[in-house]
Amino acid sequence: MIRKKSGGDRVFDVINALVMAAVCIVIAYPLYYVFMASFTDPAIVNSGKLLLYPEHVFTGGYQKIFAYKPIWTGYWNTIKYTITGTLVAVAVTIPCAYALSRKDLAGRRIWNFLFTFTMFFNGGIIPLYLVINKLGIYNSIFAMILPGAVSAYNLIVCRSFYDSSIPDELVEASRLDGCTDFNIFFQIVIPVSSTIIAVMVLFYATSIWNSFMNALMFMGDQSKMPLQVILRNLILSNQASSVLSGGTEMIERQKLAEQLKYGVIVVSALPLLVLYPFVQKYFAKGVMIGAVKG
Amino acid sequence: MEKHVMCSKRLRKGIQHNWRLYILMLPALLWLVVFAYYPMYGLLIAFKDFKAVAGILGSPWADPVWKHFADFFSTSVARMVISNTLVLSLLTILISFPVPIIFALLLNQVKGKGTRKFIQTVSYAPYFISNVVVVSIMNVICAPGGFVNTIIKSLTGHPLLLMSSAEYFRTMYIVSNIWQTMGFSAIVYIAALAGINPDYYEAAIMDGAGKFKRILYIDIPLIMPTVIVMLILAVGNVMTVGYEKVYLMQAGTNTQVSEIISTYVYKVGLQNAQYSFATAVGLFNSVVNFVILVIANKIARKMADISIF
Repeated sequence: MIRKKSGGDRVFDVINALVMAAVCIVIAYPLYYVFMASFTDPAIVNSGKLLLYPEHVFTGGYQKIFAYKPIWTGYWNTIKYTITGTLVAVAVTIPCAYALSRKDLAGRRIWNFLFTFTMFFNGGIIPLYLVINKLGIYNSIFAMILPGAVSAYNLIVCRSFYDSSIPDELVEASRLDGCTDFNIFFQIVIPVSSTIIAVMVLFYATSIWNSFMNALMFMGDQSKMPLQVILRNLILSNQASSVLSGGTEMIERQKLAEQLKYGVIVVSALPLLVLYPFVQKYFAKGVMIGAVKG
Repeated sequence: MEKHVMCSKRLRKGIQHNWRLYILMLPALLWLVVFAYYPMYGLLIAFKDFKAVAGILGSPWADPVWKHFADFFSTSVARMVISNTLVLSLLTILISFPVPIIFALLLNQVKGKGTRKFIQTVSYAPYFISNVVVVSIMNVICAPGGFVNTIIKSLTGHPLLLMSSAEYFRTMYIVSNIWQTMGFSAIVYIAALAGINPDYYEAAIMDGAGKFKRILYIDIPLIMPTVIVMLILAVGNVMTVGYEKVYLMQAGTNTQVSEIISTYVYKVGLQNAQYSFATAVGLFNSVVNFVILVIANKIARKMADISIF
């Protein structure tokens, strides 16, 4: 067979390569720019210059950030909420998803419907807020981890995984051998679940790490706020100058306040972006499992 | 009769046989009751004058029961927030929805698995970044002295107040939305394209079809089912535009376009503690949204025999 490229295809390939290059630049450059700007002399950054490398390396911003306590309290809170929240969510979701994938589960259709329905309709924020208050968990770590302990979407992704990875015959045979459902779950299902557990950890952890509104609604004390709220206060409510202690000149301060914003963004986005290349394949995998059935 | 006895026997046997599965589900079922369905029951307060001490049941019914809804519709805010919500979400669907499809189609034509993988990995990186960070980045790079304005200045001669003026709010919301979600939303289309039988292409090449024609006559028709499912889901979320990001992007100067139903509910409900009123507004939003979803699903089922439930 002759596979000679036609002229049209060649033009297409060239244009396509240009488009793809442009897409990559537009996506990556803002992140790269913020990173570079956080190390650059504020005078150059504020002039609006497009940076390719840090000109006039300047680390004054980072020195202030490392000395500013609320950021680190926020960091610690976020880590705490993310780890406990993810553990709870995965421990709640995985067994339920397996049970829902079992075709012999009594009432399977009803439960599946009730979980799926929560994806399309919910009580909204006020009734949820009232529940949180009534349970007495307002302003506690539980308010950060319990409302999100199950996400119907994640549950469905997980159930689809079990639908296709645990053959019914295997369950039948194990039962005939005298295994209970607990034995089956812990000794057969869990050992083959590493992929789906990784996917779930990733989905839940990123969503908790990034969550902002929940903290705003369900937490009261400033000292318990996660990093996202601290970041919002510093950058979007323009309190960046509060990081700077007195003594510096007014103009100097203003310049530094601008600079600080870049550093704070880097400090809060970096952990996820550093982990990203290592975990991204699970991410795509999870989306694909979900898409089969979703 | 006999059948009935058999059925109930079967169910009983089913639960006897299954109780361990129910134990595995128990924590999730508790969650379902407490954090999903109990709040739905809490929606009752939309029809009551809620008082915290009296509780949901004990609070008196509003007089008339639809009072809070009537109050909402009689305000001038109602029109504003409803139309802002609809405009923002329809624009998002219209503009953000096709982009990942086009991206997936083009990416699929890139030669070299490694290159494709690389571009794809770059493309969904922003999905990992929180809304707070995204809006913060927008704020610093789109400030009058930021690099985005350097580019705009070189094109138009003067900088624009991208983040604070009402005029650019929607553009900024949608552009950043595409930046955040294009790669992520493309994953399903890329998977659908990867599943196309190569025989189709062989045949098309024999017939002399170029790449563009192959996209038009093979790729697009074959990923249509996926596109429709995603479209139903998008339409079904029409009233739930990302309120976290909208809230973060709000500035005193752009509220006439940036106040949407959900941010309004948050403000009157939690900041002003008008629980019943805010719940009524939120309920109106959810019901409209749900009705649109059901209609979209019905239409898709009728026209293309595709539905999500």
